[in-house]
Amino acid sequence: MASTILHKANTRGLADHGWLKSYQTFSFGANYNPERIQFGALRVLNDDVVDGGMGFGEHPHDNMEIISIALEGSLQHEDSMHNVAVIEPGEIQVMSAGTGIYHKEYNKNPAQPVKFLQIWLFPNQRNVSPRYQQERYDTLLKPNEFSQILSPEKDDSGVWIYQDAWFHIGKFEAGIKQTHLLKNKENGIYVFVIKGSVNVNGQQLDERDGYGLWETGSIDLETLTEAEVLLMEVPMNY
Amino acid sequence: MKKIEILVVCCHEEISATMIRLINKEEEMLGTAVASPEDAMASFSSKAYDLVLIGAGLAPEAEQQLEAELKKQQPGIPVVYHFGGGSGLLYTEIKQALRKS
Repeated sequence: MASTILHKANTRGLADHGWLKSYQTFSFGANYNPERIQFGALRVLNDDVVDGGMGFGEHPHDNMEIISIALEGSLQHEDSMHNVAVIEPGEIQVMSAGTGIYHKEYNKNPAQPVKFLQIWLFPNQRNVSPRYQQERYDTLLKPNEFSQILSPEKDDSGVWIYQDAWFHIGKFEAGIKQTHLLKNKENGIYVFVIKGSVNVNGQQLDERDGYGLWETGSIDLETLTEAEVLLMEVPMNY
Repeated sequence: MKKIEILVVCCHEEISATMIRLINKEEEMLGTAVASPEDAMASFSSKAYDLVLIGAGLAPEAEQQLEAELKKQQPGIPVVYHFGGGSGLLYTEIKQALRKS
């Protein structure tokens, strides 16, 4: 039987900076909770809302795989590798910060907030050369199925990172049952409900709830409503 | 009040400066930055630190060798690898290390 940990949406930390509201599943910034440090290699899961016309000024990162998934609105990105890009819903962006990178991110639209998930994974090697990648994933999606949007392999579907991790995302109608097999049984899997309500191995999860499972090779998911779900499979030995 | 003395070893000048700025922003903490294992060992020998943070830029072998030498000299002082480069993880890394030590 799988080991599990449940993180209900309303138990997340909140960093409210006025222009930024960041709902944080794990300890981040000034929000420290020794019971909420990480789930294996998954160290940060921030559910951010940035007001129109506002954003994060230039700041550095190192040694972290930083993944952004836009949910609503658009986020402009500029970095020290001269990448300038806009990330929109249906896209995934990854930065391998490695030896060090600067970037800034802001919401250019003064009229609409941007909502996005900021996810940080520990890398499987320190001090790699920084890299940036962005891809559309919505073109890969099939109704009522999970689609892979991230892997450790350059030639595999979605973006790739320096970690033995796989992300899948899916949009489902109500009443759909799916069994998802892990790529590696030694890994854990973190289920994050973006929209709707689902049952995972009998545990009901609602919007923005998170549920980590490990010591299992698969999970059984049933949608209770229309739902959008992100699965993050990560190594647990961190 | 005695401050928590933190040695930051980081080859990336701007990230090192960011870490020191964030540490020194906290009333109870005081950070010292060095950019090489040699300078780290020299500083570690001359001052009583509570924690060492290894930041970006050292080769893996250099990081491991530095950690081993620090541990050999003072086994009770936590040596922590810093990830992320900014305020996101820094305070948790410090608090977790001091909590465990």
